[in-house]
Amino acid sequence: MKNTTIRVDNVTKRYGDKTIISDLSLEVKGGEFFTLLGPSGCGKTTLLRMIAGFNTIEGGTIYFNDTPINDIKPYKRNIGMVFQNYAIFPHMSVRKNIEYGLVQRHIPRPEIKKRVDEIIETVKIGEHAEKSPNQLSGGQQQRVALARAIVIHPAVLLMDEPLSNLDAKLRVEMRTAIRDVQKEVDITTVYVTHDQEEALVVSDRIAVMNFGKIQQIGAPLELYTRPANLFVATFVGTNNVFDGSVVRGEGGPAVTVGPMTIPMPNLSPDAQDGQKVKVTIRPEELRFVSDSNALVGRVKARTFLGSYIDYEILLPDGEVIEISQDAGDFANMVEVGKDVALGADAKRVNVFTEDGASSLIRG
Amino acid sequence: MSMRQKNRSVWLWITIAIFLAMCLFLFYPLIKLFISAFQETGTGEFTFENFLKFCSKPYYYRSLFNSIKVTVVVTLLCCIIGIPMAYIMSNYEIKGKRVIEILIIVSLLSPPFIGAYSWIVLLGRNGIISNFLKSITGSGIEFSIYGFGGIVLVFTMKLYAYIYMYASGGLSKIDVSLTEAAENLGCHPLKKVFNMIVPLILPSVMAGALVVFANTFTDFGTPMMIGEGYRTMPVLVFQEFVGEVGGSANYAAALSMIMLVITIAIFLVQRYITNKKSFEMSSLRPIVPVKPKKLSGFFMHLFIYLFVLISLLPQITVIVSSFKNMSGPVYKEGWGFQNYIDAFETRGYTIANTYKFAILAVLIIMILGMVIAYVSVRQRSVFSSILDVVTMFPLVISGTVLGITLLLAFNSRPLRLTGTVAILVISLVIRRLPYTIRSSSAVLKQLSPSVEEASISLGCSPLKTFAKITGPLMLSGVFSGLILSWVTLITELSSSVILYTAKTQTMSVAIYLQVTRNEFGMAAALATLLTVTIILSLVIFFKATGKKSISL
Repeated sequence: MKNTTIRVDNVTKRYGDKTIISDLSLEVKGGEFFTLLGPSGCGKTTLLRMIAGFNTIEGGTIYFNDTPINDIKPYKRNIGMVFQNYAIFPHMSVRKNIEYGLVQRHIPRPEIKKRVDEIIETVKIGEHAEKSPNQLSGGQQQRVALARAIVIHPAVLLMDEPLSNLDAKLRVEMRTAIRDVQKEVDITTVYVTHDQEEALVVSDRIAVMNFGKIQQIGAPLELYTRPANLFVATFVGTNNVFDGSVVRGEGGPAVTVGPMTIPMPNLSPDAQDGQKVKVTIRPEELRFVSDSNALVGRVKARTFLGSYIDYEILLPDGEVIEISQDAGDFANMVEVGKDVALGADAKRVNVFTEDGASSLIRG
Repeated sequence: MSMRQKNRSVWLWITIAIFLAMCLFLFYPLIKLFISAFQETGTGEFTFENFLKFCSKPYYYRSLFNSIKVTVVVTLLCCIIGIPMAYIMSNYEIKGKRVIEILIIVSLLSPPFIGAYSWIVLLGRNGIISNFLKSITGSGIEFSIYGFGGIVLVFTMKLYAYIYMYASGGLSKIDVSLTEAAENLGCHPLKKVFNMIVPLILPSVMAGALVVFANTFTDFGTPMMIGEGYRTMPVLVFQEFVGEVGGSANYAAALSMIMLVITIAIFLVQRYITNKKSFEMSSLRPIVPVKPKKLSGFFMHLFIYLFVLISLLPQITVIVSSFKNMSGPVYKEGWGFQNYIDAFETRGYTIANTYKFAILAVLIIMILGMVIAYVSVRQRSVFSSILDVVTMFPLVISGTVLGITLLLAFNSRPLRLTGTVAILVISLVIRRLPYTIRSSSAVLKQLSPSVEEASISLGCSPLKTFAKITGPLMLSGVFSGLILSWVTLITELSSSVILYTAKTQTMSVAIYLQVTRNEFGMAAALATLLTVTIILSLVIFFKATGKKSISL
């Protein structure tokens, strides 16, 4: 039961004659924490609700293990679902809320009590069990919702932006809690969010979506360091995007960005000499240098953010880029208005085709 | 077919079933009315004669002018009294606020024709106050409440409460920060009332004004009793329909058509404007009443107490006079329960009928109201959208007209319902269903669909989810509409007076008949019984739901 795999096979969703998702396929491994990440309107919630059974499937098949579930009614799919607005039953106590699914399954009373007591401890809401939901804070309500969803031992756990109604601090606390509980109960989980930082923290793997299509599936580190296209590069984390061109000279393949030439030994063979490309360099991969193979600019603004310092640099062509510096490096702090030279960490630079559609990094 | 579609189709069938019932009991009668309005009496041939007749004689078309005049004046007066009252009550500390609010609801919910009749007792020929005034001014001046002035007085003193309640509702949604922002931007406090408050509560006031308009325009009992020579449309329709001399169903149908077109047009215009102009407000910091200054405070209290007292005068009169021994219209010496004994002995069956019909109707309304609200909010389809609008029509259709349409539609086989209990209950349901639908859908709209989805994903089937989650969560909203349905059910007159037979007479009809025969004693006893029922129902409602007001 626990390690259900989900296979989404060429699935299509249409509303009237508008296609939201077309021919989408992916596979979620048993016990995996899998996140659908994308901007609003990208189809991630639509896909989640298709797995849950609240949206119809206009084409393709969704499998749990090897069983197609297209025609299984939503209340027979054995799914735990956590909603953005918690969806706590306001007329029932916390305990009644949590045992609701177990009562539907005609589990014997003593067993229900045992399981509810256990889960209440797992999600740390022991002292609130007999309260009415409206006495609880948002974070506590979301813990109740989580407990209610996992106490039924669902085949899969679906979470639809569960943290977006919480304040920033609670969000950080709850995402760790969700992650810990998921690992403890070991349920295949599909998590929907538009918050890339949240996705990086909680997920085993992430599918980045845009316009109803999957842009890239991969582990957080992979998405961050080797994005498959320009959309992923800019949506996951912050990134500076430059126009550049490929140089295939004696010193091996390289790209030029303004006056700077970056050697790129891992450039794909598809990249032709002189080809226009997009180059992305993350703020933390840029650093102040003194040599001449560098970008030049002027410090426009400086923001102190505690553990690091953010600079906005105005380039000669009018573009503003971002660079961040470890705040421990006080000695090298740069004043606003000063002219600076910036060098890049070549190993972490990414190069894309000019339309941004695919990466030109090998392997 | 996927689950969702199957589930949808269950609700779709339910929607279609209700839709067909509405077609049968609302559309079909209206079409019948439409047809007979164009038929010649006797021959049944197509003719415009009925409409030409209406336009030809001042006797007829003046009724329409009278109706419009009364309606406009009453609606304006109600706004002039109701809006300041709501403003004062929500912005200033008024002593006895809670009691005043309940008294306003009581005066609002008491049957309108009882108001008319009590004002006759007070100010009519031989009325208590009239006689008193005559005795101090000398007998020369004949004081008269009958006619235009009386109708306006009775309607205004009752219906201003609608404007008051709608305006209060609007005011309670205003966040103080809005007015603070206005002042902060340099708006003078008095100007702020007209620049900020009035526009913000305008949608609510307009909704209230429509209710006042509809009530005034379509009410039959008040102008019938107090109008005398001053005839309004519902009275004309009634007289032409049941009139012993030259009564004509076809002509009455044409008159009904004219009323219907006017009211439905205004209803649709109001709906269009509110949909266009409405905005969502949610108040985090509602207005907090402050203590008024001494002198202005005195006048505020005077203003409010005076109007509430005047609006309650009919109820007080009825209750007091019900214990007075009477013989016909003449007061006799002494007090006692004679009126009640007479009422129970000779009109006991009307009491039983009233409660029987009302309870039956209220049960049907509860189920239909919840289901229609659910399908029109959650299971949208062409049918549910039509239902959503059409079920609101009866709010503005005169009871008299509705009664006539039902009689016209169901007076022959195979659907012969005239004279049965069924036809009375059907008319009651159609007329009072809107309140319950409206309040049920209001609460449902605030309920996130994900609550139902949570239940379904936890293994509960959709119909079971409706029973265990959606239904119970809707109940508070259902009850606040149901109380209004219930109270107006037991006091229903204008359609019952068309549909009743000797066997199916209700208290309201009995009161009406006795007042027209000057049998004031028994009428007062029955009216007191109704008033007490209303007050008790309200008390139980407030206690059971913990609400402080009713939603209109």
